[in-house]
Amino acid sequence: MADVMVMKEIEATAANLGIDLDKLDLDSIRLPPGEDFSIVSDDEDIYQGDNLELNTGFGNVIIVDNLPVVTREKFGKLETVVRKIYSQIGMIKEDGLWMPVEYDPESKSEKTLGYCFIEFNTPLEAELAKEKTNGYKLDKAHIFAVNMFDDFDRFMKVPDEWAPPEFKPYTPGENLQQWLTDEKARDQFVIRAGSDTEVLWNDARHLKPEPVYKRAFWTESFVQWSPLGTYLATVHRQGAAVWGGASTFNRLMRYAHPQVKLIDFSPGEKYLVTYSSHEPSNPRDANRVVINIFDVRTGKVMRDFKGSADDFAIGGTGGVTGVSWPVFRWAGGKEDKYFARIGKNIISVYETETFSLIDKKSLKVENVVDFSWSPTDPILALFVPELGDHPARVSLMQIPSKDELRQKNLFSVSDCKMYWQSNGDYLAVKVDRYTKTKKSTYTGFELFRIRERDIPIEVFELENKNDKIIAFAWEPKGHRFAVIHGDNPRPDISFYSMRSANNTEKVKKLTTLKGKQANALFWSPTGRFIILAGLKGFNGQLEFYNVDELETMATAEHFMATDIEWDPTGRYVATAVTSVHEMENGFNIWSFNGKLLYRILKDHFFQYLWRPRPPSFLSPEKEEEIAKNLKKYSKKYEAEDQDVSMLLSEQDREKRKMLKDEWEKWVNEWKHLHEVEKLEREKLRDGEASDEEEEYEAKEVEVEEILDVSEEVLSFED
Amino acid sequence: MRPILMKGHERPLTFLKYNRDGDLLFSCAKDHNPTVWFADNGERLGTYRGHNGAVWCCDVSRDSMMLITGSADQTAKIWNVQTGEQLFSFNFGSPARAVDLSVGDKLAVITTDPFMDLPSAIHVKSIATDPEDQTGDSVLVLKGPQGRINRAVWGPLNKTIISAGEDAVVRIWDSETGKMLKESEKETGHKKTITSLSKSADGSHFLTGSLDKSAKLWDIRTLTLIKTYVTERPVNAVTMSPLLDHVVLGGGQDASAVTTTDHRAGKFEAKFYDKILQEEIGGVKGHFGPINALAFNPDGKSFSSGGEDGYVRLHHFDPDYFNIKI
Repeated sequence: MADVMVMKEIEATAANLGIDLDKLDLDSIRLPPGEDFSIVSDDEDIYQGDNLELNTGFGNVIIVDNLPVVTREKFGKLETVVRKIYSQIGMIKEDGLWMPVEYDPESKSEKTLGYCFIEFNTPLEAELAKEKTNGYKLDKAHIFAVNMFDDFDRFMKVPDEWAPPEFKPYTPGENLQQWLTDEKARDQFVIRAGSDTEVLWNDARHLKPEPVYKRAFWTESFVQWSPLGTYLATVHRQGAAVWGGASTFNRLMRYAHPQVKLIDFSPGEKYLVTYSSHEPSNPRDANRVVINIFDVRTGKVMRDFKGSADDFAIGGTGGVTGVSWPVFRWAGGKEDKYFARIGKNIISVYETETFSLIDKKSLKVENVVDFSWSPTDPILALFVPELGDHPARVSLMQIPSKDELRQKNLFSVSDCKMYWQSNGDYLAVKVDRYTKTKKSTYTGFELFRIRERDIPIEVFELENKNDKIIAFAWEPKGHRFAVIHGDNPRPDISFYSMRSANNTEKVKKLTTLKGKQANALFWSPTGRFIILAGLKGFNGQLEFYNVDELETMATAEHFMATDIEWDPTGRYVATAVTSVHEMENGFNIWSFNGKLLYRILKDHFFQYLWRPRPPSFLSPEKEEEIAKNLKKYSKKYEAEDQDVSMLLSEQDREKRKMLKDEWEKWVNEWKHLHEVEKLEREKLRDGEASDEEEEYEAKEVEVEEILDVSEEVLSFED
Repeated sequence: MRPILMKGHERPLTFLKYNRDGDLLFSCAKDHNPTVWFADNGERLGTYRGHNGAVWCCDVSRDSMMLITGSADQTAKIWNVQTGEQLFSFNFGSPARAVDLSVGDKLAVITTDPFMDLPSAIHVKSIATDPEDQTGDSVLVLKGPQGRINRAVWGPLNKTIISAGEDAVVRIWDSETGKMLKESEKETGHKKTITSLSKSADGSHFLTGSLDKSAKLWDIRTLTLIKTYVTERPVNAVTMSPLLDHVVLGGGQDASAVTTTDHRAGKFEAKFYDKILQEEIGGVKGHFGPINALAFNPDGKSFSSGGEDGYVRLHHFDPDYFNIKI
């Protein structure tokens, strides 16, 4: 442990500096983030134990074993060969290659021992060399075994005899889904503002949030819920950690990954993918990328991927540089069976049983630029742009069989985007095509009905096909979609349904709303309701729209809003202004129909995230039954709501009364003192008696003034 | 409520003051001419010419005969309200910031800014009944607070002086001995510069506004914090209704950042709060710059606001205002 000061020493230092330790509130001391003054946090003890790098100074040295044993004459030749192999990987230090020799009495000459040491400029290069050449076949008899010099001690310490691992008694785990059993059926959310991260209940009935857990410097960059809401992940310099528990948030597991930048959970939250990118030693090289896949529960690394950033950049002819996250995209469903990544002309699909490629090889797709998984089934949708004489293509592929389910050729395509409906029932492909002059583009959609036989495709275009598409969104779990389209500053919004009355398999238009200040669509997670939002340029216009009735429920504004999030049940919506703006930081909570429930202001507001809920265990039939008898069920809750609101108004009244009383007391005291000081005040004013300001009265006085009198004789006619 | 726009100043407003009868409104601005207006219809009566710098503050005597102004030209001047004639000029070595006349108008408290090597100071001057006898001598000089003292006012019976300024602390001084009697505590007090301070009509309590986006109500004798009003913007100006239990906060974001945002983002509103419940009850929009000055007519039936935009807006309340229930 780093310098732990003895209490006596501390007292002595304090006395020197003239600080009275008894008066010092230790809890008030906060270290600036990223600075620990070499005080070891008792929190990070395990990290310290696990990952303390033994800096022996040999981190850049590797040992290459299984070299051919050669005699004196061939030393030079072998060294040249070895040097050639390793100088490709990194800079070998001057005199950095050392091959020990020994005198062999048999041949009466010196010969090598079959291994050598190589010292690189940086530990990074050494590590890379180890990875790349471990198992390298020089020839049939000589397969390199490469190890880090620093690891050697550890390997030497492995006991020769196998000792059975210590038996750990079973400790029952906490109920990690306790939050779902909340009596009031509330939802949780996490916010990050300033240095504090806080989990709160959304207590909409009481019109305020109720704190659950709060911690300063909980994370070093961001927090993220796992997809089913079981864990809250935090990101630190040393790696990622997940938190959860029955009543509070305890650390459940840590995942060591130095300088981790990004994380991603598999949809069934069995695996966690972590990503980091490191500056290369040679500035001309691309960044080095490390990706680890952890088992969330055991914390074990299931597979790691290392390489240069170029290998992980999305391929394609355009040569998009940089890594697009997530690199690995997970197939839908709770099983977390497959994940895939795209490379140059290939799609690599892995399965999680062995964490290796399906059929041991990647899928060859010439020129592929984009793919996406169905959210529920192991179906891949691929997009291949036009190349030479080949038209552009969208195809659906079944995994693991790799059968092509459906494909569609498209002509004069400029760009393509895929949108899956949340149940995997429909796939919409937004296709931007060039006009004949190739000067501009227009947009159309290809709609795939995945669940129907042969997967019929419908070409769908807006009435005015030159309209620019600003946003597109499927109704979650539903059959409708919404499109914002138009070129003018107030675009139109149209709603369509995939179902029509007579089952003609044609998209039916439901309605078009003209001239809306909106540029983003937010469907309720249960469908039916949608928020048409005008973010950014529109300054946070919100329209709460009911798509069943095709009517606007409410319009509102959360000025400067940057983020909108529905709670997982679709009952409430949070709109937030995050720290991209300097002012107005904080969040509003709305009911689904657009009533503002409460508003919290927080400076330096970074994140607002609802805790996701796992899918309901109720069967669709049961859900339908509940929906049918909603009146019966809702009675109980309505009664509860009423009780709470009665209580609230009662409390409110009491509070107001208390405040009024308190104020009365002050006022009476002031009046009294004012009276007492009256004479003295008059004296100060030279005896002027009119003390009080309200002692004069404005009177309206009517004054009649005769300006002129003139006489005139009028003749009357009878 | 249709405001009367009074355009007479060429630079941002700094201070507004009604006389006791509520028929005259005095305005100070960064242009050099304090101005007097009819408080009823906003007609301009005249200006007081003679200052050679921004005018920060003013006060008018109880009989509305004498006006005192403090200016960045390092003087505080006494004026004849009626004729606009300068009666006397107090000269300082640094800009004068706040002025306030005592009960009886025989004393004036004037604060000066830190300037060159001079620290900020609170000066007490006696005001002669006949301007002929006026001298520039100080009765008392108080020093101590760091930074500008943005406001200093007299406490009950002229026994104390209350000051507030850049160091975010409210202090009560003995006006006889110059000793500091009380200061606001760090935990309950303001966190940033106090920009404004306004006494209640009877002088029993006062309200301070601060850049920490809040206003606080204090007892003037004990310096007990009674209420806190929280808003979304730095507060530049505060005032209290003499008639109803309402407080008004004015402000807006920093003038230097104004041009970078939408006028709505600046929230250049005069915000009304229920004095007792501390809840926001309404706002009066209109300025297109931060509000620097607020004043209530002593009859409580109108108020005026002065903005960075150079306008004074005079608002006569609609009858509805007097029936607000929350």
